[in-house]
Amino acid sequence: MNRRDILRRTAAAGLLATPAAGLLAGCATGGGGGDRDAETYKGTKSEQNPLGVKEDAPLEVVIFNGGFGEEYAKAHEAMYKEKYPKAEINHSSTQEINKTLQPRFVDGTPPDVVNNSGAGQIDFNGLVSQNAIADLGELLNAPSLDIPGKTVKETLLPGAVEVGSYDGKFLVLNYTYTAYGIWHSAKLFGDRGWQYAKTWDEHIALCRQIKAAGIAPWTYAGKHPRYMSWPLIATAVKLGGPSVAMAIDNLEPNAWKSDAMKTAADAWHQIVKDKFILDGSPGLDHVQSQTAWCQGKAAFISCGSWLESEQKKVTPEGFNMIIQPTPSLGSGDKLPYEAIRGTAGEPFMVPAKAKNLAGGLEYFRTMLSLKGAQDFTRKVSSLTIVAGSTDGVELPFGLSTVVKALDASGSNGFNWVYNNYYRKLERELVDAACGEFFSGRIGPAEFLDQCQRGADSIAQDSSIKKYKRTA
Amino acid sequence: MRHGKYPLILTFLVPPLLLYLVFVVSPYLQAFQISTTDWLGYSAEADPVGLANFETLLHDGRVWNALKNNALLLAVVPVLTIGLGLFFATMLNMGGRKGRAGVAGVRGTAVYRMVYFFPQVLSVVIIALLWKEVYHPNSGLLNGTLRAVGLPAPTWLGDPRTAFWCVLAVMVWANVGFYVVLFGAAMSAIPRDIYEAVLLDGASRWTTLRRVTIPLLWDTVQVAWIYLAIAALDGFILIQQMTNGGPNFSSDVIGLRMYETAFGSESKFGYASAIGVVLFFLTLSVAVLALRAARRDRIEYS
Repeated sequence: MNRRDILRRTAAAGLLATPAAGLLAGCATGGGGGDRDAETYKGTKSEQNPLGVKEDAPLEVVIFNGGFGEEYAKAHEAMYKEKYPKAEINHSSTQEINKTLQPRFVDGTPPDVVNNSGAGQIDFNGLVSQNAIADLGELLNAPSLDIPGKTVKETLLPGAVEVGSYDGKFLVLNYTYTAYGIWHSAKLFGDRGWQYAKTWDEHIALCRQIKAAGIAPWTYAGKHPRYMSWPLIATAVKLGGPSVAMAIDNLEPNAWKSDAMKTAADAWHQIVKDKFILDGSPGLDHVQSQTAWCQGKAAFISCGSWLESEQKKVTPEGFNMIIQPTPSLGSGDKLPYEAIRGTAGEPFMVPAKAKNLAGGLEYFRTMLSLKGAQDFTRKVSSLTIVAGSTDGVELPFGLSTVVKALDASGSNGFNWVYNNYYRKLERELVDAACGEFFSGRIGPAEFLDQCQRGADSIAQDSSIKKYKRTA
Repeated sequence: MRHGKYPLILTFLVPPLLLYLVFVVSPYLQAFQISTTDWLGYSAEADPVGLANFETLLHDGRVWNALKNNALLLAVVPVLTIGLGLFFATMLNMGGRKGRAGVAGVRGTAVYRMVYFFPQVLSVVIIALLWKEVYHPNSGLLNGTLRAVGLPAPTWLGDPRTAFWCVLAVMVWANVGFYVVLFGAAMSAIPRDIYEAVLLDGASRWTTLRRVTIPLLWDTVQVAWIYLAIAALDGFILIQQMTNGGPNFSSDVIGLRMYETAFGSESKFGYASAIGVVLFFLTLSVAVLALRAARRDRIEYS
């Protein structure tokens, strides 16, 4: 608080209270906007225009201005405009999606396309349960813009549709394809003659060797310790099969305490017990820990495939980061070592009350064209969910290892979505448990207990809509 | 003159009152109304649920945990800040005594005054980022110093035993400068002859502070107390930036709980408004209590 706040507060002499209470309510003015529904833009459907776009209807696009910036979106908008020259495109970008757009959702006048991402993301559970998002099913069945003979759905990588589906309805287009794994530097390992270990026992032996060489084997984002839940759950899924993750997603009783999760938590406890983690890691945030890793203070870090572009500015020349799957626990694993968590990320949606709903879907079709996807990969060094869109595009070193890892993983790839269904469960509850576990304050049994208590609290909360998946 | 009075008063009073009603009172009233619904924030529909949100709140362990931390802030921050503020202000205004008659500050008063005021010039977010780096477990200033003198280097913000206190310290640090200036200004309004008389009577610095300065500054101290009490019930920005309530909710505060409930990991605006309403009454009671408890007779210099 600064003195201006103090003065302002006392100026409100009669009512001494914090401004936050008022802030919450300030958004709620307006009320229903149902009568505006009649004004939606509709064109005639044809082979050239399968979604029925009205060619002169304006299109409003709101982009999250984060790691990917907004230039890529401007390129997509230009492609849209090329097809519909009469359409006026209103582009804006923000880092605070929720605060910027909440009044417009309440008012019933949301934009046509929203890139709902970042720390200010609107909780999807709330959006879906309030029927605020349009069904994208029509888009999936429309023919691809530039891949002949295929529907949009047939051009997507496996799993891309499932991630954005709630109760069987495809609502959220997750545009990028992200792999989650364990990263190391090819240079560091090459210089020291180390080999990435494929089994857990070898991994522990390697950690011992690394530690003896005076380098911390691991570091992690202590302020966002959920980053470490990813390799831990991945280890369990590889041991027990994808049903381990499905049970967690479906909030099944004791899903967090399945045998596979227990074995995985016990295994990972080893790196805590043996002090394989860089001192002070619990006090680092993701940027600080990733920077320590880039400086060679630690050998391994858990992260998604955005790591390379996030670290671009501080990564030394020739560092050459490589993503690898989590090591196998043993020969009893249901999935092979190569299996890696791959999932679609970076969510886009068309609000149900968007005026130019058809235009929003058509904009997605533009994004999902081969041309749109390749342009995105070139601009922001990230993969998209469009299959084959990296062909002929030169990728940076780290991203090329991501492509290789995903290829090797193939149909063994797995994923979980409880973080999409119940944002709070991962962001707050599992996060806190990971913090305790990886700083060594609690053991594996207590860790799983705490996660399970978090999942149970979500399951018992009747104000949170529940989702189930079957595949 | 009498005829012209009311139009004048009305012209001056009505616009600010209207603004106040529209932008302050009405949102508050609306918050009360929203707190009795299950509004999820992204549609115009909300069902009234009566006092169910408040009932949930009563059993919400996280909310109680956050309130406990606010209570700690309330108990510690005003005392420390006012104590330090008074001490520094005294030193700057009447601390220097060595071989000199009259009342003057310690040597270099002007420089100190400026340095103390620095944190006030910075935005709170900058302060949070600055201290986040100071507390950096490996390359931070604090641990660097500790290591240099051979002491153990804790993880500060990464340890539930210390994280909260680290942020509390920053809160005090960020606030002290303002109160040094505030108290300093009030002190300079105290007639010098009182101090000269005290000096002649041979009073020590401590006695002067306790018996003369503080009683004469009481009004100012009281105001400071209320400001700081309100600040202690907030603490949101520093906590959100430095620890985000962690590790394991150990540094959570009620403002952050409200934010997380509405904008963060959930979108329960009805429930968040209920937390806001509770916070409103808490702040109000604290302010009233502080005013009551500190009431004393006003001293006027003639």
